[in-house]
Order: sequence, then C-alpha cells, then structure tokens
Amino acid sequence: MAKGIKDKVAVLGMGCSKFGERWDMESEDLMIEAFTECIADAGIEKKQLEACWLGSYFIEINIGKAGIPAAVALKLPFLPVTRVENKCASGSEAFRGACYAVASGACDFALAIGAEKLKDAGYGGLPAIAVDGQMEVMLHADWTAPGAFAQLASAYQAKYGMSMEQLKEAMAYVSWKSHQNGVMNPRAHLRRDVTKEQIMKSPMIAYPLGLFDCCGVSDGAAAAIVTTPEIARSLKKDEEIVYVKSLQIACSSGEEAMYTDWDGTSVMSTTLAAQRAYDEAGIKNPREEISMMEVHDCFSITELVTMEDLQISQRGKAPEDILNGFYDLKGGGVPCQTDGGLKCFGHPIGASGLRMIYEMYSQLLQRWPEERSVKDPRLALTHNLGGIPNRNVVSLVILGK
Amino acid sequence: MIGIRSYGAYIPRYRLNRKKIFENMGWLNSATAAHSRGEKAVANFDEDPVTMAVAAGMNCNNGFERTEPDGVYFASTTLPYKERQNAGIIATALGMRENVRSADFTGALKSGTTAMLSALEAVGSGEMKNMLVCASDCRLGKMGSPQEMIFGDGAAAFLISDHDVIAEYKGSYSITSDFVDHFRGSFEKFDRQWEDRWIRDIGYEDLIPKTVEGLLKKNALKIDDFAKVIYACHYTGERKKLNKNLGVDPEKVQDIMLGEIGDMGAAQPMVMLAGALEDAKPGDKILVVSFGSGCDAIYFEITDKINDLKKRKGVVWHLANKAELDTYAKYLVWRNIIPFETGLRGEEDSPTRWSMIWRYNKAIYGFCGSKCKKCGTPQFPPQRICVNPECGARDEMEEYYFSDKTAKIASYTGDNLVASINPPQIYGNILFEGGGKTMMDFTDCDLESLKVGMSVAPAFRIKYYDERRGIVRYFWKAVPVKEVE
Repeated sequence: MAKGIKDKVAVLGMGCSKFGERWDMESEDLMIEAFTECIADAGIEKKQLEACWLGSYFIEINIGKAGIPAAVALKLPFLPVTRVENKCASGSEAFRGACYAVASGACDFALAIGAEKLKDAGYGGLPAIAVDGQMEVMLHADWTAPGAFAQLASAYQAKYGMSMEQLKEAMAYVSWKSHQNGVMNPRAHLRRDVTKEQIMKSPMIAYPLGLFDCCGVSDGAAAAIVTTPEIARSLKKDEEIVYVKSLQIACSSGEEAMYTDWDGTSVMSTTLAAQRAYDEAGIKNPREEISMMEVHDCFSITELVTMEDLQISQRGKAPEDILNGFYDLKGGGVPCQTDGGLKCFGHPIGASGLRMIYEMYSQLLQRWPEERSVKDPRLALTHNLGGIPNRNVVSLVILGK
Repeated sequence: MIGIRSYGAYIPRYRLNRKKIFENMGWLNSATAAHSRGEKAVANFDEDPVTMAVAAGMNCNNGFERTEPDGVYFASTTLPYKERQNAGIIATALGMRENVRSADFTGALKSGTTAMLSALEAVGSGEMKNMLVCASDCRLGKMGSPQEMIFGDGAAAFLISDHDVIAEYKGSYSITSDFVDHFRGSFEKFDRQWEDRWIRDIGYEDLIPKTVEGLLKKNALKIDDFAKVIYACHYTGERKKLNKNLGVDPEKVQDIMLGEIGDMGAAQPMVMLAGALEDAKPGDKILVVSFGSGCDAIYFEITDKINDLKKRKGVVWHLANKAELDTYAKYLVWRNIIPFETGLRGEEDSPTRWSMIWRYNKAIYGFCGSKCKKCGTPQFPPQRICVNPECGARDEMEEYYFSDKTAKIASYTGDNLVASINPPQIYGNILFEGGGKTMMDFTDCDLESLKVGMSVAPAFRIKYYDERRGIVRYFWKAVPVKEVE
C-alpha cells in the first residue's frame, strides 16, 4: 500500500533569478542565474547530478521543445533531462519529477529547473497563442486568462449576495497586501507601494478585474536540487534541511466545464488536491497547522477563492479574513504571498511553481531579514494553478522541517 | 395545396442613424442629405448574410422539426463564400438532415423570389414535401455614397410545403432583363449604380408594371383583388407613381421600412412578405414583386391555417428590438471598410483545420452536443465518456442539440484584453435548461445589462475572420433573451 511522499525527499538547495522585464537576458541566461545559486546552496558539484526536469510553457517565444535547451545552457553532462509542461503549474511539475526520481531510489541527486521568457511577446498579458488545442478555439468563448478568472468574481458576488464594490474591496486588499510584501523583496518584478484606492481605480482589464487585480507577466527562472533525507543529513545540519511533506496534483475531469454541479465560485481541483495533500502530510486543521503559503494569485479573485478551497477560510468567509489582515505577513494568521506572490514577484510561467517553493524553503530556513520573515514557521504550502477555473491543473506542495 | 407553411424574419439589433453618416460624410457628397432620414439596420460585427439567414431560419422553424425540410435554398448577393456552398453551412447550422437538396441563389436582387419559386416548384413537382428558403443581404456602399445611406441588413425565411400551408401559392410571372441599374463585379466589395433617373424611369416604371400585368392577365385578376401588394423600390416619389400606374390603393401597399431598416437587397421583398403575413387574414390575396435583373411576381392566398401558426418574433418584434450604433466609425470597422488596429495580440495567427471542422461539423455549426442514454446528462462538446462522475458510461451517447435551448448565466465577464473589434469581449459560463453547461461568447448585449441568472439563447455567429486566407469561421454565441413590448 502506497504511503505517499512524506519525508522521503529533502530539498538540498534552491535558486531563483530576479524576476521582471529581463530585456537583456535569454531563458538560458536566467537558468544559469537560478542554477548557479541553487548548486552553491546545495553544496554539491554539477557532476553529482543524475537527472534533471525542466518546466517551461510558452516555448513558442522561448526555448523551444524538449529538455535539450536546459542541458545545453547549463552544460549538464549528458544527463537525462525531461521537459515537462502542465500549464502554469509546470514549475511544480518539474519539482515533482525530481522528487519522484529520488523517492524511487533511481538517483541520489536530481535537479528541477523552470524558466520562462514572456516579455518577448511584444505585448502585455500572456501570449495569444492557442494553448488548449484547435477545438477549444472552435467551440468555446474567445477567452483570456483575466476574463476566465474574472468570472469567479461575478459568480461569487451573486452567490454570497455581496455588491461588486464589497467584493472589489476584499480583492483590492489581496493585491495591496502582496504589494506591501513585494516592496521589500529585491528580486520581485513589481516593487511599487500602491494604495488600495489606486488598485480599486486601476483600468479595467476584464470586468471586474482591474490592472492591479492581475499579476505581473515576467521573465525568470528558479531551480531546486533534491536528494534523499539520509544524504541531506550527511551533508547539512538538521535545522538546515527542508523535507517534502506532500506533492499532490489534480486535473479537471471536465465536470466543472460541462456538468452542472460546480457553481463557479471555487476551483474544484484545488479543493480536491488540498484534501489529498493534507491527508498525505497528516494535517488535520490546515488553518491552525499551516504556517505560511505561496498560492497562485494570478488574479486577486483567484487568491480569494483559493483561501476557501484550501480550507483556510470557510466558504463565503475569505473576504472577511482578508480584510481582517489574517493573510498579512505580520497579521498573526497564515501569511500568504510573503515574497509578493505572482502579483508582485512576477509570473514567468515555467518558473513560478519553483519560485513559490524557493520562497517557502527560504522562509523555513529563516534566511530573510526580520522585516519580511515569518516567525517560527513549521509547515509551508505552495499552490500552483494552471488553466482556468473550469478546466485546470492544480499542484500542491507541502514542505516542513 | 402548396405554399408557405411557416415564415420567419431577422433584423440585426444595431441601427445606425443616417444623420450620423451625413455628419461624417456629407461634406463629400451633400446630395446624400436627401437620403439621411431615419436609420438603417446594421449587422453586428459578428454577423453576415449566412448568420442572419440562420437566425431567420430558426425563427421560421419555431414549432417545426428541424429534420422536416427536404432542402434549403439560400438567396443573397453578398455570399461570404464564392466556392463552398453557403446554403450547406445554413443546413448544418439549422440541424437539417444530410439527405437534403441545397443551392445558393445569387447574382440578382430578385434571387430571393426566384429561390422561393424554385422551392414552390420543387414541392409542386411532388419530389419534395418541405423546402426552406432563406434570403439575406448585407450590401455595402462606399463612404459618402447614396448606397451607404440606403442599404440596410435583414433576412427572411419561409418553409415551403405541400401541406398545412398558411398562404397558398396561386401563380407567378417572371421577366428576365439584363437591365443594369446596380452591379458589383466579382472582385468588388462595393455596389455601383447608374443614374437614378434611368433606374426609376426605365427600370422600375417599365419592368414592375409589365410583370404585374403579366401576372394579372395569366391569372385573370384585377389589382383590386389583392389585399396586399409588395414591391421593392426605395424611391419614394417613384413608389407614388407606381401605385398610380398600377392602380393600387396606397393603403394596400406593404411598407418598405426604408426609414427603419433600409434596402435589404435580395431579402427586401422577402422581409416585406414576412411582415405582410404577420397581420394577414384568411382569404387575403398577396402579391409579391421583386426587382433586379428583371422581376418575379408571386401570388398567394392566405388560408385558415394562419390562425394556427405558433407565435413568432417576426418583423414587428425585430423592429422594436433595437439598439443604436453609437458611432459611424464602428460601422466602418465592423464592415472592414477602413483599416484599424487591434494590437499585436490581434495579429497572432489562428489557422483553420478543415479536416477537424469536418469531424466536428455538427458540434461547431449545429451546436450539437451529446446526451448520455444511461443517465440523461446533456453535454457539450459531444463526449464519448459521460461527464457525469456518477455515470461515466462509454459510447452510450445520442445527438443533442443545444441550438434551440435557453440557458442561464452562471458567471460572466467583459474582457478588454481580447483582440476584438467590439470590445469588451463578453463571455461567460452558462447552464442550459434541461442540463448541460459551457463557456460561450455573448453578443448583442452590453456588459452593464448582464446579471448572473439572466436567460440567454444561442445564436449562430461569426467566430473568427481570417483576412489573410479569406475564411469566415462560425460558431454559436449566447444572446440575452429579451421580451420586447
């Protein structure tokens, strides 16, 4: 009987490039930036690596297909490099591949790296490339990510009988809080201190989401080296080791998009993956036990409903928790988006899942200055969502010491 | 008895006040002031003659089985495809059977009545029992031309049958004449015309009376025998003259709706006939005369069955269901008359895979999904494995059309990021009455008017226009269901 991944893999080292408009850099350069930090942190040599997983998404304006670009960029010595892609959850997917390789006993050291170069699209937002196949283009709405996620807000507002202004207030708080955290982070893409009023009044992108309800579209890379707990303990002190407590992925079955039970105020995959992750990690009361989170705040409303899907806030109560500061860095609740999140740290798709893990790993090891540190963290959660609310993939990672 | 068994009409929602055209273009041709009264119906940015014909066809099918017609004839001078049968697109959109006759009637403004006569003859021959006839046009005049002022968009559809007819076909008379008043070469986008005086004096004044006289003589009738006389002539002065020359009481002459819709080309006499049927009484004799490259005159007599026909949203309803097109520039962009910029996002290529479209033909053009025979769950797009997690039956599906089902809005947005010529792009998840759910584009609506829970109905629309390859791609969108007083 399988028992899951808990405590079978340790994170030995991590790295993350500066995210943002890296006009002077290729994806390959960004990978080198993240990898250099990562391998130094792990304290091993490149030749000790035995396998690599690469996460990337918009390869059309990026590195192209296959794992070869990572192997060539990093000069990995004829390693098995596998390119994985699971929409915006591609970075977490690369991490999962590396963890499984170690957990299976197939190798001692595995590298996960994610990289994305979105700013070569020539326009804002994600590239308008058909990503769900030709039939999606033929048979569904001509949607963009903000429009697809904006519908969470219209459905949520209708279900809970709130005015759109009330909901927008909570959404604005979500973005404001991430800006507060992003300001302090030198590697974040967007580091402006903005007011809630500015957020509320920002130009409309997709009703009711304004510009400041949307995350940054960025260039960046992040990497992790994982190993077995035994090897980690032989290389590092106990307090310097972060363990994987859970890895869960849930993909939509088509039910949300085609069957009538789902009301559009939540993300079913998150709800299901969260329960599996808590079971795997042995978490009974996530609101009490989770110390901090990095969630997929591609849009403010996504973060809001995710708080409910993760069972941190009760259904219908996320706006209240948010406005009470429960998710603030020093709010005494469960700090969320401690590095600024997708909102401010940025969202280079293939790297994002690994960037979330990087932040939680760094927080668990208490590596940041006090002003942006979470106090005495024990369990950290990352939530990486690819796709849109009615058709998506959700990847959850729980880390702990 | 053969004749008309059902009818439908469609007028697009948007109306452009002709004063707006004059304000913008009057400087170039001040004579167009003479045509600047009233408004013209303008197809939405996602409409064309095919989509309007489908809308009229659905209106006509109201209360009838989609599989009843044995064929579809489509008349238009503004066909989106020169090669690829436009009537075939309509047949699929209306969910007709595969074993149907189909043809495009084009080239002349009288092609609407000619299509109708051909359908009447097909039914009369005994070969066919029911034929659907659609007529629709979307003609363009150059900026500053009288045609730009006069032309409007509209469509009508008729179910021609050998039984249960509401209007019996009694006779016809046709004239073919290579009289060139208006013309458009095969690579031209805009209408050209010869001098108005020539069109009035030699065209209308000669051909219409000659055709009417021919019909009267052939059927031993007097013009007074008709309760309604329909003919398409947009010249107000000329209509007065024609009424006098024909000896027809102006009260009996069907309104051409020039101030409300405009000259609808091949659809003009057809929409007028649909309008006439809306308030016709048993025993009424109706005369329809088309004009363009000759004339067709058709004579109908209304039967008692007209009282049994299910109510429909006809010409009167569509005239009331309107929204003002706020700017002239929007009209120019929608009709692709002037260059415009939708940003680099709008330049990304979206190729059309014809073999894929062929596989999903009914889903894309007919909005046909599947319904699980085991658990009864309707689903779109059609599935092989039932989406109901409690069921999951494999290959137990039957066809299920969503095109005639209403739905409720579950969530929606107005998206300014999508490259669109009618921003914001409005879309949402909708729940169908009777089951089924999908995320569709919305059209013919304003973001401000939408609410979760509101009723919407599917409409066949242009989904994408590939200018590089000349491809019009169609699918369905959701339109809020409105009741017009």
